[in-house]
Amino acid sequence: MNDEGLSLIVQNIVSLLFPLTLIFAFYIIIFGHVTPGGGFQGGAVGASAVVMLIVAFGAKKIHGKMSHDNMSIFESTGALIFILTGLIGLIVASTFLSNFLVGEPLFGEIPPWGSNPGILNSGGILPILNIAVGMKVIAGLSAIVLLMALTMEGKKK
Amino acid sequence: MIYNLPFYAVIIIIAIGLYVIAFKRNLIKIAMGITIIQSGVNLFLITLGYRKDGLAPIYTHLPSQTSIPEGMVLPVPQALTLTSIVIGVAVLALILSFIMALYREYGTLDTYKMRRLKE
Amino acid sequence: MRKILAFLFFIIFCGFLFFSVYELHTFGNPPSDMDDYIISNAQNQTGANNAVTSVVFDYRGYDTLGEATVLFTAIAGVMILFRKRRET
Repeated sequence: MNDEGLSLIVQNIVSLLFPLTLIFAFYIIIFGHVTPGGGFQGGAVGASAVVMLIVAFGAKKIHGKMSHDNMSIFESTGALIFILTGLIGLIVASTFLSNFLVGEPLFGEIPPWGSNPGILNSGGILPILNIAVGMKVIAGLSAIVLLMALTMEGKKK
Repeated sequence: MIYNLPFYAVIIIIAIGLYVIAFKRNLIKIAMGITIIQSGVNLFLITLGYRKDGLAPIYTHLPSQTSIPEGMVLPVPQALTLTSIVIGVAVLALILSFIMALYREYGTLDTYKMRRLKE
Repeated sequence: MRKILAFLFFIIFCGFLFFSVYELHTFGNPPSDMDDYIISNAQNQTGANNAVTSVVFDYRGYDTLGEATVLFTAIAGVMILFRKRRET
């Protein structure tokens, strides 16, 4: 085993807790137009899950699995999805980022007025933008912490 | 004066942050002061949009006695606060990276010793 | 000498902040014409149950694009500062 990172008990428990936290982050991102939450909030929870992995296993081992170059590709994909959705709105309805999916069968059911249990199939282009911003925030924040931990790792006095 | 108490709390937080920036020497303490001022500004944005005895502006499982525009809190200041929090995180990441590079170059974190250009 | 001048300016700035509270509205009823329109019509025009998300991504989606650009710039700056230097 490597001498960086914490002891064996902590590594086993973090291996159990990491998928649960990631699923919680995806739930907050996807249900952003029904319950409180959205892209930025779910992205912060997902980044804290990856930071938990970095603290428990050491930065060199995590850098071997997901380096910051792969994180950069993931983040740029999220930004491209955001801009492409806006440009499709410009072509269809002559306004950048217009909500062109409100009456269509893909995401566009209008909920009844007043209090109701939430409908997942509603919301126009809001779920697509939520997923794009969520990808961007998870990849960006975990890349920052990975770079900082990698620089300060081998300096023991 | 007791009815405007959250605004006075915001003034105290911004004054503490400004004191830390102006009168301390260590670079990490100055970065903490910048973060304290950002927290004070976020709190001020949220307390601008509060309505007395109001609920969150979300229609899922709303209690059935609320009047629709007058019983809810304003949503626009909450959207501006969300943007401000994310920008605060980005600024703090860049400030800490600069502090790490400065420590590698000069060997100290005291601003009174970093006056001259390095010979 | 410099510390006394800095302390004087700090007191003057705190005085400005303190006397500007009298110009604000009272803490319970803000002026709200635009927000009443947004709360009443967010379900018809946007189709979402969450009024805050519809303000962030639909009524003011351009600001969210600018904020995503600020995040991207911060990550690019951190990656430049932590490059590995080749030993030449």
